[in-house]
Amino acid sequence: MLSLFFHTQLQLGLAQATIAALAAMIVVLLARRRNIHLEGEAIIAMLRGLVQIIAVGSILVILLRGPRWTSGLLLTAMIVAAGATSAKRARNIPGAFRVSTWSIALGAGLVIAVMTALGVIDTAITSLVPVGSMLIANAMNTNGLALNRFRSDVVAHAGEIEAALALGAEGRTSVSPYVLASFEASLIPAIDSLRSLGIVWIPGLMAGMLLSGARPVYAAIYQFVVLAMIFAASGLTSLTSTLLIRNKVFSPAEQLLLRP
Amino acid sequence: MNAPPTAGPLLLRAEHLGRKAGDKILIDDANFELKKGEVLAVAGPSGSGKTSLLRLLNRLDEPTSGTVFVEGIDYRDIKPGNLRRKLGLVTQRPYLFPGTVAENLRFGPSQRGEVLAQDVIEQLLTQVGLAGFAGRDVANLSGGEAQRVSVARTLANSPVVLLLDEPTSALDEAAKRDVETAIQIVVRNHGLTCVMVTHDLAQAIRVAQRALLLESGRIVREGSVNEVLHA
Repeated sequence: MLSLFFHTQLQLGLAQATIAALAAMIVVLLARRRNIHLEGEAIIAMLRGLVQIIAVGSILVILLRGPRWTSGLLLTAMIVAAGATSAKRARNIPGAFRVSTWSIALGAGLVIAVMTALGVIDTAITSLVPVGSMLIANAMNTNGLALNRFRSDVVAHAGEIEAALALGAEGRTSVSPYVLASFEASLIPAIDSLRSLGIVWIPGLMAGMLLSGARPVYAAIYQFVVLAMIFAASGLTSLTSTLLIRNKVFSPAEQLLLRP
Repeated sequence: MNAPPTAGPLLLRAEHLGRKAGDKILIDDANFELKKGEVLAVAGPSGSGKTSLLRLLNRLDEPTSGTVFVEGIDYRDIKPGNLRRKLGLVTQRPYLFPGTVAENLRFGPSQRGEVLAQDVIEQLLTQVGLAGFAGRDVANLSGGEAQRVSVARTLANSPVVLLLDEPTSALDEAAKRDVETAIQIVVRNHGLTCVMVTHDLAQAIRVAQRALLLESGRIVREGSVNEVLHA
């Protein structure tokens, strides 16, 4: 229907973005009626996301024509940005940015490196950067979920944690149930994506491959490959970040720093 | 219980102990000593710093001034886990871990690789009036029972000083009497040295020999429990 009113691709894209943003704002307004205030965060996140994706898209057009080493540079920059974004989910935990960045670098970075070396991901910049960015973005989300859950569990269970410390436990022992719970909870989206693949959703990558003329079966298999890599990258990231963050909530004298 | 002070060797000495949180002074220049076998009551109005003092003694919070000597050693030179085992803290709320009563009692010793024998578990539970409770799920305990398990769990670590943070304040009268009796029995049987925070002056008189009175984080009176609390 929109194509009747908008004749250039840019106009059409902007109209589609406006309608999608309006749908998101309806949800925000519904949340507001229940006294959940997401307005500020949601509007800023949408505007920021739109500007960023247009800017990055424009830069990518140039970089994707560049030499292969450019992909390493781009993926590294993405990892640092992902670390900064997900670290915000661990407010008041010292060193959250460093933990997030190293965890995403290890989780997503290692999976990208190994899969590229084995030939699962093509080394062409047009393939490596989009697939790599998917792994990094999902690792970022998983890391954010893990840190957020860990932080809220520690605050909610400060009494139990201090009871364990008071009995002579080390900090990492006293928070171990919450490390485990955070790790498990953070992987729910990745597991559900794998579980519902093809039934609940047909991901964009597969749709793109089909549109560009790939065989449907290969497109389907490669979509599974990507989701399995996402699971591996996300799991490794979450495992690393929950192990690294557990010591950050204690002082050197094993005193709990996060309290209600 | 309210016997004259025991002249045992010095176990604990707080020297110019203090803690500030931002601009707020929680504990201001606290100086006191505790000899082996003594029961010291820490009394004072709400917000006077009683719990803060206990948390400093257990080093759950870091002093911003002064220190504590435990058996002559600056407690900052003792590994936190070992220090907290020696100065066992019973908190206002019991905060038991999910599982059975026995699993809770085994927790402390297991942190240093020790396994608490079943007969020791039974002994500890008998002392706090909970014989036969070892296999009970902690989710099914009453408030008073949970607090007594918390006392037994701390004793399972064989502390040299027992720190009690208003252990009966959240309980009804019957449970309060049970917990207080359990504490009196274990203190007497173990010859335990004890610091007990309480806002209940009658309880302080029943349990302790010496007392400190705190006001706005400062020790304003110290001496025998009758002198301090009846002055």
